[in-house]
Amino acid sequence: MAASSERSPPPFPDLDEPELLEDSDEGADAFTGTSISEMDSPSPDSTRPPKDIFNDPPEDIFSDPLSNINTEPQKKVDTKIPSPSSDEAIDLFSDPLDDDSEVISSPEVQNPMPDLLNEPVEVPKSDVLGEPPVHKNAARQQDVFEDPPKGSSKSSSVKKAASAELFGEDEDEEDLFNEPPKVVTKKPQPSGPPVEVFTEVKSDVKVKPQVKDDPTDLFAEEALTAPAPKPSASSSSRTNGVHSEEQDLFSEATVELSLDSPRNDRKKKDAVKPSVSAPAAPVASSSSKAPSKTLEELEEEESEDKFDLNISVTNPEKVGDGMNAYMAYKVSTQTSLTMFRSKTFTVRRRFSDFLGLYEKLSEKHSQNGYIIPPPPEKSILGMTKVKVGKEDPSSAEFVERRRAALERYLQRVVNHPSLLQDPDVREFLEKEELPRAVGTQALSGAGFLKMLNKATDAVSKMTIKMNEQDVWFDEKIQDVENEEQHMRKLHIMVESLVNHRKELSGNTAVFAKSVAMLGSSEDNTALSRALSQLAEVEDRIEQLHQEQASNDFFTFSELLADYIRLLGAVKGCFDQRMKSWQRWQDAENMLQKKRESEAKLLWANKPDKLQQAKDEIAEWEAKVTQYEREFERISATVRKEVIRFDKEKARDFKRQIIKYLESLLNSQQQLIKYWEAFLPEAKAIA
Amino acid sequence: MMEGSSAEEALSVSASSIRITDVTQDGDVLTFAIASQKLDSSAGVCVFRIYEDFDWLQQSLFSQENLPGLQGIIFPPLPSKALTSQSNTQTKALKQLGFLALGQDWQSYCKAMEFYLQQVAAHPTLCKCTALDSFLINYESPGKQRGRKGIFNRLSQAVEEMRKESHKDVDNFFQNERNKNTNLAALSKVATEKLLDVVMTEQKLALACGHFSTSLHLCVNQDDAAAVAFSKVCLKLSDVIEAVKQNFEKVASNSLSTLGLGLDLESRYQEAEKEMLFRRTCKLIELETVKKSTEKAKGNKREAMEAFQKAVEKEFNLISSVAKQEIERFHSSRVNVLKNFLIGWCELQLNTAKEFAEFYSQHLEACRNMYSE
Repeated sequence: MAASSERSPPPFPDLDEPELLEDSDEGADAFTGTSISEMDSPSPDSTRPPKDIFNDPPEDIFSDPLSNINTEPQKKVDTKIPSPSSDEAIDLFSDPLDDDSEVISSPEVQNPMPDLLNEPVEVPKSDVLGEPPVHKNAARQQDVFEDPPKGSSKSSSVKKAASAELFGEDEDEEDLFNEPPKVVTKKPQPSGPPVEVFTEVKSDVKVKPQVKDDPTDLFAEEALTAPAPKPSASSSSRTNGVHSEEQDLFSEATVELSLDSPRNDRKKKDAVKPSVSAPAAPVASSSSKAPSKTLEELEEEESEDKFDLNISVTNPEKVGDGMNAYMAYKVSTQTSLTMFRSKTFTVRRRFSDFLGLYEKLSEKHSQNGYIIPPPPEKSILGMTKVKVGKEDPSSAEFVERRRAALERYLQRVVNHPSLLQDPDVREFLEKEELPRAVGTQALSGAGFLKMLNKATDAVSKMTIKMNEQDVWFDEKIQDVENEEQHMRKLHIMVESLVNHRKELSGNTAVFAKSVAMLGSSEDNTALSRALSQLAEVEDRIEQLHQEQASNDFFTFSELLADYIRLLGAVKGCFDQRMKSWQRWQDAENMLQKKRESEAKLLWANKPDKLQQAKDEIAEWEAKVTQYEREFERISATVRKEVIRFDKEKARDFKRQIIKYLESLLNSQQQLIKYWEAFLPEAKAIA
Repeated sequence: MMEGSSAEEALSVSASSIRITDVTQDGDVLTFAIASQKLDSSAGVCVFRIYEDFDWLQQSLFSQENLPGLQGIIFPPLPSKALTSQSNTQTKALKQLGFLALGQDWQSYCKAMEFYLQQVAAHPTLCKCTALDSFLINYESPGKQRGRKGIFNRLSQAVEEMRKESHKDVDNFFQNERNKNTNLAALSKVATEKLLDVVMTEQKLALACGHFSTSLHLCVNQDDAAAVAFSKVCLKLSDVIEAVKQNFEKVASNSLSTLGLGLDLESRYQEAEKEMLFRRTCKLIELETVKKSTEKAKGNKREAMEAFQKAVEKEFNLISSVAKQEIERFHSSRVNVLKNFLIGWCELQLNTAKEFAEFYSQHLEACRNMYSE
């Protein structure tokens, strides 16, 4: 393969090796695992036809006429990763899936294919490959991509099938692509060099910026940053972790698939055309932005409707003894979503795994403005009680409470259309063994660091004085603030309600006992019997009160506690947005300063430094536009998220009220039964 | 023997018609409006009495003269004086009056007073007391012409009470009755207190629900569609909680107005029986002392002592026979009273449960249909 020759210059320092290995391993897992198992089982799933299509026809199409090109596309594609909008690519791709194979297997498809491969892609390839940083990047990506399939099979058709498998899951995948790139974006921002690298790329490879601007704004981000993290990763930053790499892997694959889709081909041509003239790009970006967003929204609506994923957390079980003991929970998933390997599966997870999932998710997604559902808090006291192993009701209550909280937490995570797509979420739900989550200990060093970070965050939050332009945000931030206070208030009230309910239950029990005593020392037999009957009735009523108390607790108290935490997460999103704004403003200020110094230089007539100043201005202008766009995007995301949150909230509360009413109704019906049974007894007193 | 001789002296109003129709509070003084129906005509009588008048009536009953075996009578228990002054907190009132301090505008207290009057009027012996008639009929307040303090007034608080109470009875019937009475008095008191706790907690819950329901209105926000939807949900929940609150209030007042009063009455009546039994025991001890001193006495002194002993013995026997009748009457009436309270209670609770089950299912229906459009 041509790829191997390109890989020959070792693109990564040793530093990066292990990470890469790990990634490719996982990649292989994902790829071969799904593809092979699916191929073996002739399931009538929707995934089946596309696989066939890719499995067989490609053999015809690719192996014969394109056999020579077949290896090349990958390369080309690699350099061109950002080219297609993931949106479109997937859309297009999902169409054939639904419409059966005819589109793809038809000769029409074959025709554009060579077109695509020969004309547009070829051009960037040669350009790009000449450029060292990009070359490096390409090689690396290729490496990532090539490795896993090699492990399973060398034939490219299988590779295709595998990727088809992965990406055949229609629009679900799309979110996945949208997210990770954003994670990557963070990295270059603090450090200057990557951006410089990028600008270099920009000037040299003209195709890139255009293509990057063309698709959705989300994807543009990747284009901006995809090249950037590579050099930085190879040079120093290890933080460029598993996920960003995986994302590369995926994005690559998308592109590869998009080669097969005829419409995408057209699209790509469109993308290439404006590439001749750089200024045309922004226009394209702005035009494509709007429709893609509405599309996304539509999809969200849809996915809410047809959502089919049930997660239950059951069977809390103590593992181990003493202070090292922990609770393990059974996490069972039931779904018809094709993104999962099977319809039902069960894994065992411990509490810190849940926290670990949250850490991973928030690390990846919080800077995008997503509301990450927070898990229940650590409770040292409660857990210690459980660890000590006292079989008292309070520890049982604690375990049950936590179990329910974890269940709700997971349900919220998978309810989030974007988070559901996160590989970590799937891994959490599916994978047998998870690496032990670290840094979740409440008192560990990592925890301390986290606290420190939070403190600095709080300080910086106070120092940032955001001049809010957006009325919607202005109001919403205030609303959320108020709402949190209200929720806290309500929570206190519900707590007291629950406590009173418990008190009532206790008092009723005591009353029942004293009535029983009274009955037993009563001479009149009928009265005595009636009294002991009454004692029984009161005992049952006590049970009812107890149940109702826990109903009150679980339906309202925990709900409110959840929402207090969630509102915290919402506020976190606002903070992220504010930070982004601050970054933009800082860049603006910097640009202003640079301009001033340029003016000074002009005034002082120092042409030697003038060029440098101009370069700097250009650089900062680029940054300002980038940050501004980032800010706009995060604003849009946060806004969408908050709207989603509000909807979700209303739905959640409504559901809980119905549940509560059902429990109330049930209690009343029980009461009616009890009293109806008692009435004849009372009347029988002689 | 007492029932027969009463025709012309009987109460001129019907016992069951006695009602406390109204109560007014003027400063610390509660004034009760007592209405009753004349037996010989359809005319009704309405008089206004304060607590001191009730007390006067009770003392007059205690100190009736020329009524043999008076000490064997179980006097209907008069509720203790209600603390009305502002300085007295509710907890204090609760401690003193129990259930009677609950309820709006002294309703349960009035109920208890009414019940007291009815019991007195229905009592075969006590109804003949002229004090009762004048209490019920005379417009002037009888309290001013205060009778002397009854002899039994502080009797129960005697220092030697404990010693005397454990004195062994000569009659097995009374010994048994005393044991049972002690037992039941304690138990019914406890049961009353526990029921009171339950009712109090229900009231507290009602209050907490009220707060919760009101606070839910805070969440109302009309900014956008989602907020409006959430506000609707909150308002609905507020309604639901309001319903729960009403349920608690109703359940609490049901318990209060029936079983609460019943148990309270039962426990006070047991106390009254205990006092009667105690009076009899005192008489018994007196008789035994007289017997002893008669044995010790010599000569003509002995004759006098024997005569005295006979008189005491006769009195004691009379008291015992009255007491036996009273006990029987008490038992049958208390079972009846308790039965009625129990039935009333059960029916009320049943109705409330049905009513709210209906109410909740309506709410549930409304919730399910809420903004599904």
